[in-house]
Amino acid sequence: MFRYIVRRLLQMVLTFFGATFVVFALTFANQDDPLQALAGERPITESQRIALTERYHLNESFLTQYWYYMKGLLTGDLGTSLTGQKISDMLANAWPVTLKLSIIAIVIAATIAVTAGVYSAIKRGGLFDNVTLVATLVVLAMPIVVLAPLAQLVFGIKLGWFPPTATRDAGFYELLLPALVLGSLVIATELRVTRTSVVENLRADYVRTARAKGLTRRRVIWVHVLRNSLIPVVTLIGVDLGGLMSGAIVTEKIFNIPGVGFNIARAITTEDGPLVVGFVSVLVIIFLVVNLLVDLLYAALDPRIRYE
Amino acid sequence: MLGKSPWKMAVGATAIALLAAGCGSGDSDESSATSNTVVIGIAEPQHLIPSNTTESNGAEVLNSLFYPLVDFDAQNNPTPVAAESITPDKTNKVWTVKLKPGFTFHNGEPVIAQNYVDAWNYGAYGPNGQGGSYFFSTIAGFADLQSEDPDGEEGPKTAPEPKAKKLTGLKAVDDSTIEITLSAPFASFESLLGYTVFYPLPKAAFSSDGVIAEGFEDAIVGNGPFKMKGTWQHDSSITVEKVADFKGQVPKVDGITWKIYQDDAAQYADLVAGNLDVQTQIPIESLASASADLGDRFQKSPNSAFQFVGFPTFQKEFSDVRVRQAISMAINRQEITDQVFLGSQTPATSFVSPVVAGYRENTCGDNCKYDPAKAKELYTAAKGPSELKITYNADGPHKAWVDATCNQIKASLGVNCTGVGEPKFADLLTKVEKKEPVGLIRLGWLMDYPLMENYLGPLYSTDGSSNYYGYSNTAFDDLVAAGRSAATPEEAIAKWQEAEDILAKDMPVIPLRNGQNVFGYSEKVSNVNVDLFQKVNLYEIEVVS
Repeated sequence: MFRYIVRRLLQMVLTFFGATFVVFALTFANQDDPLQALAGERPITESQRIALTERYHLNESFLTQYWYYMKGLLTGDLGTSLTGQKISDMLANAWPVTLKLSIIAIVIAATIAVTAGVYSAIKRGGLFDNVTLVATLVVLAMPIVVLAPLAQLVFGIKLGWFPPTATRDAGFYELLLPALVLGSLVIATELRVTRTSVVENLRADYVRTARAKGLTRRRVIWVHVLRNSLIPVVTLIGVDLGGLMSGAIVTEKIFNIPGVGFNIARAITTEDGPLVVGFVSVLVIIFLVVNLLVDLLYAALDPRIRYE
Repeated sequence: MLGKSPWKMAVGATAIALLAAGCGSGDSDESSATSNTVVIGIAEPQHLIPSNTTESNGAEVLNSLFYPLVDFDAQNNPTPVAAESITPDKTNKVWTVKLKPGFTFHNGEPVIAQNYVDAWNYGAYGPNGQGGSYFFSTIAGFADLQSEDPDGEEGPKTAPEPKAKKLTGLKAVDDSTIEITLSAPFASFESLLGYTVFYPLPKAAFSSDGVIAEGFEDAIVGNGPFKMKGTWQHDSSITVEKVADFKGQVPKVDGITWKIYQDDAAQYADLVAGNLDVQTQIPIESLASASADLGDRFQKSPNSAFQFVGFPTFQKEFSDVRVRQAISMAINRQEITDQVFLGSQTPATSFVSPVVAGYRENTCGDNCKYDPAKAKELYTAAKGPSELKITYNADGPHKAWVDATCNQIKASLGVNCTGVGEPKFADLLTKVEKKEPVGLIRLGWLMDYPLMENYLGPLYSTDGSSNYYGYSNTAFDDLVAAGRSAATPEEAIAKWQEAEDILAKDMPVIPLRNGQNVFGYSEKVSNVNVDLFQKVNLYEIEVVS
């Protein structure tokens, strides 16, 4: 196990550098005139152009720019965004709220999905099962660009149950509505995977054996069925966590949450290379760590899985 | 290890996560309800250093933190505010500004003439890269503070240091007198001093001569009626509170929270839900429901926006003035302002905005009247191109009206017209600079200071900063310059009106629409006014008790 973890960590270092290099190259290729993009529709003066070009090394070649970036990164300096703010400060401001939002979303989504999934699998073919199947179909078909403003209009403005927007220091209640919207992105797939997986395992030989041994129904389902059924669900939830963090762009914009998704979107439109790379680097790290955790959880859930 | 009790771990982790998420609440609505403060929505300012603040969000915040030398009255004439008097010499070249006594910065420093001189020198110095530096170009010695890259931007050489670090035209005679020498006479110079970039900075702003201290921008210290509470919470909010015994005009509210929004629609949602007191620009998609949502708290006021399309005059197909007139006549401006903009903008019939002194209605004359029959006649006679394009930047809300305009041109002239979206404004400019055939160019302009010259100079003169379509007419340039050096503002206006008449003949652009502020406010506030610069009047706004 220990050797496996070390090997994975070493792989992560390579993946990290590879991924940031690709992102850096892509943003570089996308950049044509970041200074004009920054100034919007205003004419940018010659002296301002000269000053900013030099400050951000914009006249250097790609490799030189990458070298400056890496040098900064390895000495713990993420650099400054083209807006003049320290990227490390922006990261520190943006991550907590996105993290909070994603965690609430994933907890709500996983709780509802697993409970409803297991229940509809046990009562397969019943009313609840059919209703959830239709409901998940509806949620799957609804894009978040429709769902988010709709939820904001209905629950935030018309009914007034939730505040229509949230801020950076938002509490649980303020983040609940955006988290529900965000969670709905993944809830349907998680529910269906849980249901299918439980249905399959209910028919498995070892379940029949357990029943034949005279174990109670509750023990059979909780210990024998559920534990084995959750392996694919855990994988899915792990991947979803990364997805939710980056996929929060629409939700964060509509609910005015100054988090990661918003910053990345803005950085792309203003051709702010350093900012894109800074945020994406952290996303890459999170993806890698979550994937490692998921792999390790496998071993916990299924003793047959051994890593060497 | 992990294998034994994954369930307990999962439950524990969940509990911790929810707790972590739940903490931090409770401090969000501390400033609301009973207190005499208001919440005004803005977008994230780009900068808060005055000389670097050229967009409206930063300017709004600075408007609460600083007290200007001059403000503008109802007729947009400059009136001294922080200045006791502003007087030119006989030639209009040397201006003397006397400061009112008793003003202090928020950190206790008295406001002296040197503070203005330092701030303006900083703003004008090229290598500081300040967005508003071009405002100082009227002051003597500006050229020596700039440097040029000897082999162009792409070349390996870097720009040398400029010849000088200070403007020769600026002098602090004593603590309350600034003497400004201009590089050329300018009778209306006083109007410029009302702009954001001319605010002073305290000594504390500079860590050494000509260098702004690190972190100063996030906790900026001004000389205005409000001071910053805490620091600038990027992407979140900026809170300001009233300064005790302020010497200037005293506002009626005790504080303002500038709440920062990424999205206009989210801002509107908060306004309707009562979490926000003022929104200065209601997004177009919410206009239809705004009257119902807000009642008479939904209002309009004029602003300085001027929307138009330019003809790339360097292209042969547009060189015949009849072609330009015909296309202009083919457009039904009223229909577009009504149907696409739902009355939030008004049709433009002149080359400057109605908000400036010297504006005359309908200087564009018949050229801006919708007359499809005459348009077709002119166009056929001039053998206009059979294909027209209007190029716009797709990152702004332009597609709807560009397509509508094209359809009108199609119907009136019987030619094909397409709207072409470029991803960003910069892409559009790149193509124009390379003289690629982009067709008509969508453009807009907001004034910096209320003078006709602020439209005529940048938009239509040969070396105008926003003259992207290459219009050039020496007679016009001379008249604009003559207006600048005229002895009185009235004479200046006469010259500028003459210049505008040339535009009506040449039609280098098609005026389309004048902007309006469409703003809304909550039940908590009254006396809400939004001025020409899209700024809320902070001295009048009141909290309804």
